[in-house]
Amino acid sequence: MSSSELALSVRGVGKTYTIRHDYTAPTTLGEALVRRLKHPFARVERERFWALKGVTFDVFQGEVLALIGSNGAGKSTLLKVLSRITEMSEGQVDLYGRVGSLLEVGTGFNQELTGRENVFLNGAILGMTRSEIRRQFDAIVAFAGVERFLDTPVKHYSSGMYVRLAFAVAAHLRSEILIVDEVLAVGDQEFQRKCLGKMRDVAIDGRTVLLVSHNMAAVGNLCSRAVVLRAGQMVFAGDVADAIAQYSATDAAVLVGDLRDRHDRAGKGEIRSTSVALAGTDGVLTRAVQPGQPFDVIVSYEARIALENVEVSVNIELLDGTRVVTLASGFRNETFSVQAGEGTFACRVAGLLLRPDTYSINVFFSGNHAFYDHVERAMSFDIAPLDVYGTGRLPQRNEGALLAEYHWRAAAPALKSNVL
Amino acid sequence: MSPAPLRRLRPTTGWVAIDLHEIVEFKDLVLEFARRDIKLRYRQTLLGIAWVVIQPILAAGVLNFAFGIVAGARPQGPSYFLFTFAGVLAWNLFSWTLSKTSLSLVGNSYLISKVYFPRLILPISGTLSTLLDFSVSLAVLVVMQAIYGIAPGWQIALLPVWILLILGLALGAGSIAAALTVHYRDVQHILPILIPFMLYASPVAYDVSQIPDGYQRLFYLVNPLAGLIVAFRASLLPGAAMPPLPYLAWSAGLAVGLFVIGAAVFKRTERTFADVI
Repeated sequence: MSSSELALSVRGVGKTYTIRHDYTAPTTLGEALVRRLKHPFARVERERFWALKGVTFDVFQGEVLALIGSNGAGKSTLLKVLSRITEMSEGQVDLYGRVGSLLEVGTGFNQELTGRENVFLNGAILGMTRSEIRRQFDAIVAFAGVERFLDTPVKHYSSGMYVRLAFAVAAHLRSEILIVDEVLAVGDQEFQRKCLGKMRDVAIDGRTVLLVSHNMAAVGNLCSRAVVLRAGQMVFAGDVADAIAQYSATDAAVLVGDLRDRHDRAGKGEIRSTSVALAGTDGVLTRAVQPGQPFDVIVSYEARIALENVEVSVNIELLDGTRVVTLASGFRNETFSVQAGEGTFACRVAGLLLRPDTYSINVFFSGNHAFYDHVERAMSFDIAPLDVYGTGRLPQRNEGALLAEYHWRAAAPALKSNVL
Repeated sequence: MSPAPLRRLRPTTGWVAIDLHEIVEFKDLVLEFARRDIKLRYRQTLLGIAWVVIQPILAAGVLNFAFGIVAGARPQGPSYFLFTFAGVLAWNLFSWTLSKTSLSLVGNSYLISKVYFPRLILPISGTLSTLLDFSVSLAVLVVMQAIYGIAPGWQIALLPVWILLILGLALGAGSIAAALTVHYRDVQHILPILIPFMLYASPVAYDVSQIPDGYQRLFYLVNPLAGLIVAFRASLLPGAAMPPLPYLAWSAGLAVGLFVIGAAVFKRTERTFADVI
């Protein structure tokens, strides 16, 4: 690694935001002026909040490095600092190449402009020169497959065409360092596959990718090294498998999906879920389970009154909403009596042979022909990438929704059908 | 041994110099933004780009009606319409630049929080698109002058100076407004009231000589735009008088000063835009 050339060096980077401890803070010019006149020497109580602190790591040329961490860990702030959208408060970053940042697909696309016009506008926004765009124009259009609609305003495009064109421009960005945030989270399967493929090509080209993703499967597939952030601090930098393990074993607060503040729920509300979490058979909470490994789904609740015949159900979905499995106690005639107050249910799952990806969990309470509570996307978890076949080859997303236990062998010719 | 980095990022504090070199590096983006501005303004309009010509003619007509006929403030001179039209050109240059600059940050907030470019590009590209509209109107004025048979005198050589000073005044005030708007959206509500008020307080459709003698001095002092509009018109229409030199110097000084202050304020507050906007 030390023989490789540096692409990016991050040294002690910190970023503070100021939080005012002042519930009557002025939000208009008038209020600010009046207040200043009334209390000319008053100082508003402020607290400095470190969104990032002491982050130090190197990225080498041709490397795909992942930044992982739960929401609020500072990943996006770090990307914004590195792509110069916002300024750091302390530290230093050295960039050994032109940086292109893709914090979303299609930044600056304008609905009224045609496909052609948007390619030039978006390209320029991403930092390409006009001649660069002109040189790559045909390749961009071919990649997006929108040749016939080039002179149509993009407001008439289907959402698929729109995203394809936007990504095509981004994919032809030639900067040496690419900063990519959650781009993988949008678009359909086909599009995500294209994204992943393109990022691999970029690295093969000898260029550098810095990637933020919640999708541990994608991270495990694409990256060799990763940096783990927690609450603004760097807690790990190194081999990607160790990084994913680190991330999965983060503190309990992150591991438990707290639902008390979720108001976007349906149902009559006699019983409500208060949290959901996953645990291994050893009882240790986790946010990532390996394919085929048994685990528990733990649902805590609060009941307003005592209830009989309560059914609890959890269903697991892909992030695009595709239902993968429903684990309903009612299907097995498992119903419960609950007392008023708090309690917990657990569901032992013998193992899911699902492909590595991020999944979300919905939680239901029902019974007595009544529907008590429903929280969608109560938490998300990952099926971790695992060398299930023991060959060093990780399963890919485009290989299907399920993994399977299988073996191929050479066999005798199939018998002729004896059903005549 | 690593080679020197292409770019080193460090926190900055206080007043910072404007990196002109970087703005040149981003010139394609400046042009692309200006192009977007122009295209969007006239898309889905029946008359399209013809509005660039029609708008100032209509504006001059309306002002002539209000000031010349209703208020009876028609100044002496060969053509009142040309007089007002020249005033409208100067006024449009100022007010378009001011309002476009003041909205340049908030109006592009989705870009500011998602991608880096020198933020100064936004007011610069807005000004470019305004200048294009302005040039078309100026060409219309030249055609009208030919029709009326009025040839400009040597004063026309100074026209670029007045254009630059008007731009300086508008950009300076606009940049300060833009930086303020990021924190306090009030500015967005004040400007649409302030700008028409400034129109009535500026000698666009009337002449300063129509103001009582004792107040002319005050008029020029309070409204730095007044001297510049009068000078702009005087360099196009040979009959029109230049403002007295001290007042003109006052306007020019204020324009340059405001431009410098505006640029400095913009640059100083720029680093917090993405965090606050």
